[in-house]
Amino acid sequence: MHEFRKRVDYLFSSTKGLILLAIAMIALETALFGLLSGPMAEWGVRDWVVKTLGMRLVPAEREGRIIILYHTIAMAVIAIETYLITALVRMAPFYRTAVRLLITVGYLVAMIFGLGFAYWGHNWAFHGLYIAGLTLIFFAGGLLCIGLWPWNKAYYVRDPAYAHTRSGVDLERVAFFTTALTTVISAVFGAVPGAYYGHGFQTFLAEDIIRLPEKTGFQYAVIGHLHIMLALIAIMLTLIIGRWLDFKGVLHKIAMPLMILGTAVLNLGVWGVVTPLEPIAHMIIYVGATPAMLAALMLVIFGWDQLIREGTRDIPKPSAGQKLRALLHDPLRFGPLWQMVFMNFTVSGVGIFVAVRLDEIFRQWPAREERLILTGHWHVLSAIIATIILLYYGDLIGLKGWGRRLYGWGIIVFSDLAFAAVTVYEMKRLVISEAHQQPLVNTVLLLVDIGLGGVLVILALVLIWRLLDLFRPKGRWTVEAQQADPVMKTEVKA
Amino acid sequence: MKGKTWSEFYASGRCWGIALVLMLVLTACQPAMAATPLPMYDTGVDPNAWVVVPAGSFLSGQFNTPINLEHAFAIMVTDVTVDQYVRFLNQALADGTLRLQGDQVVGFYPGDPFHGAKHEEEIPAQDYRFVPLNDPAAPFVYQENAFTPKAGYAHHPMTYVSWFGAWGYCHYYGYRLPSGLEWEKAARGEDGRPYPWGWELTPANANYYSSGDPFEDMRTVGSRTTPVGFYNGKTYDGFVTLDSPSPYGLYDMAGNVWQWVGDITQGMHYRFMRGGSKDNYPPDLRVWVTNNATPVYYGPGTGFRCVREP
Repeated sequence: MHEFRKRVDYLFSSTKGLILLAIAMIALETALFGLLSGPMAEWGVRDWVVKTLGMRLVPAEREGRIIILYHTIAMAVIAIETYLITALVRMAPFYRTAVRLLITVGYLVAMIFGLGFAYWGHNWAFHGLYIAGLTLIFFAGGLLCIGLWPWNKAYYVRDPAYAHTRSGVDLERVAFFTTALTTVISAVFGAVPGAYYGHGFQTFLAEDIIRLPEKTGFQYAVIGHLHIMLALIAIMLTLIIGRWLDFKGVLHKIAMPLMILGTAVLNLGVWGVVTPLEPIAHMIIYVGATPAMLAALMLVIFGWDQLIREGTRDIPKPSAGQKLRALLHDPLRFGPLWQMVFMNFTVSGVGIFVAVRLDEIFRQWPAREERLILTGHWHVLSAIIATIILLYYGDLIGLKGWGRRLYGWGIIVFSDLAFAAVTVYEMKRLVISEAHQQPLVNTVLLLVDIGLGGVLVILALVLIWRLLDLFRPKGRWTVEAQQADPVMKTEVKA
Repeated sequence: MKGKTWSEFYASGRCWGIALVLMLVLTACQPAMAATPLPMYDTGVDPNAWVVVPAGSFLSGQFNTPINLEHAFAIMVTDVTVDQYVRFLNQALADGTLRLQGDQVVGFYPGDPFHGAKHEEEIPAQDYRFVPLNDPAAPFVYQENAFTPKAGYAHHPMTYVSWFGAWGYCHYYGYRLPSGLEWEKAARGEDGRPYPWGWELTPANANYYSSGDPFEDMRTVGSRTTPVGFYNGKTYDGFVTLDSPSPYGLYDMAGNVWQWVGDITQGMHYRFMRGGSKDNYPPDLRVWVTNNATPVYYGPGTGFRCVREP
């Protein structure tokens, strides 16, 4: 019993244990519910799973099921980000502990009971617990904002390498705070329509109503909510990666104000969709997204420059090849930044192209084709976020040597192969007609399957390794359970 | 590999290049696209048949909203077939209703009110494309001043027809396109079912993406249309179908081809389609699902049927 408790303590109270648990929960959920769609449905696996597990999948409830499914995954991702924030950014121990406790209970309750409600008949007690889980996460978000309060003098910085105001307010902390606060506020835009479910609001997927000229306020709120939440998860992850890589210097000083400004304006634009500002909301969003993306670009420049400098430290005059080798030497530190760059080819670039040529090209196609672009677009963005987390996690657990390189490059190559193939798939109508598309579709979907399958196999291997490790009395987990987080060295009292 | 360890080989990055090239070569090794022969089956369902849908209320949409349709109407039991449409083309070309213009057949449409809404395009009164003339993938050909169905396609649903072409066909014979509500009531009856035949979808009920019907070949041509009324309980060379009419006896109200409906939405030039097609996954075959496109759009998965006064 004592041994069991030690493992539970590791999984629920150490940063690495908490992250491992959340990744494992997402992996299990993805593995199980991934069997219900795509090729698995075509091969009959879906029917077998539904029958074996006694699922009740009513056709009219599909959209509701999907919404709960991806909310539960998103909550676990937000929990991982929160563990990382509380490990990397100084805050009082009370807030750190309370936030972690609330969000852990919250996402686990939301995931278990939300999925139970959605896929195994409508047990309304489960639905209540699902909402309770989401509420705990919301409350954790509120506490996190308090814990991150940047105008507490205990958190002022004087080091000239980091962006701060004249009085010493840490601008990176302001960026974390702004992102956390706007995330909590933006959650309301989803919660309010949900609260009116059945009383003027009904479930819908945003991609299904894109061309309707009239939308209700609730529909606009949900559309704004889903866009901004994903954007804020991405922005928060950028800040986390910056902290991990010790982002500093001139670029840091330029990037942090841009990130704060971009985040604030981006949110104002998205919130504006439910106000009379709706006609110009897109313009405000572009104005906000630009500085936020510039800030991310500065992080990429800083991070890659750092990698090159470190890798060529002992070479007096490194050649371009040596610099490239140094850049690519460590995929776990190169990868997160590369994925941010790659995102521009598969997400941002595609999005801008579609927006610019919307009426001339994309709205000449049937709505289902446009829907394909939209769903591909945000699936790729979500998956890129996931791969960045996985790359960081590989570093966190101390992967070394060829295992580190195999894990890192495996995730980068397989995921990028899948993302590129998805991009070709969603844009295929530009180059091929409906009548002749099948060979291309087959090839592209095979590449998607190889890419995603490769990433999932790598993830599965790591999780099996970590699971087996938990059975060892002196496993790696015992070391991780004792490791202090970076911020613990400079603890602040409440 | 001489003198190198596997880890060095791996670290050189060469293995990734080789893996990528191998992957591309392997994926390219699929059968060349061939004109897979089209099976020929007589379904026995009469494409000239009509049924009457009575006035009264029904449950509409995903959330079963009660709607009262105050009028009865007659609707075609099947989609308009290629055979029916080419007869219309030949007749309407001969009497001057339609004319050839470049690589398309055009006909007059009296236009829609324009509201200047965001993304709305004006549809003024003028000639519009009904069908393309020389699209090699179309189920009909134009030779020696006459349209004919391609071999085997006569009793398949008419495709490669724009909304204007669907509207024009119905209008020519004194019919009209069904409204979305009429279409939905004809498809699901009054009890709120998600599919025309009931509550569950199997590959024996309808033609959808990778549903395994004898007409599809997912390695080459993909999913193709099935003849109208194909899912009527008959067995075709071992492929067993379930009799899958709607409560009023309509066939193919889910899958096979999307069906243009007549609704014109204020502030929107797009036209709606219902029913899902051979190229869609099962969720799109639910009776409340809609698709839409510009009225000049045509494709291999879009057809229509007409309604008239009972």
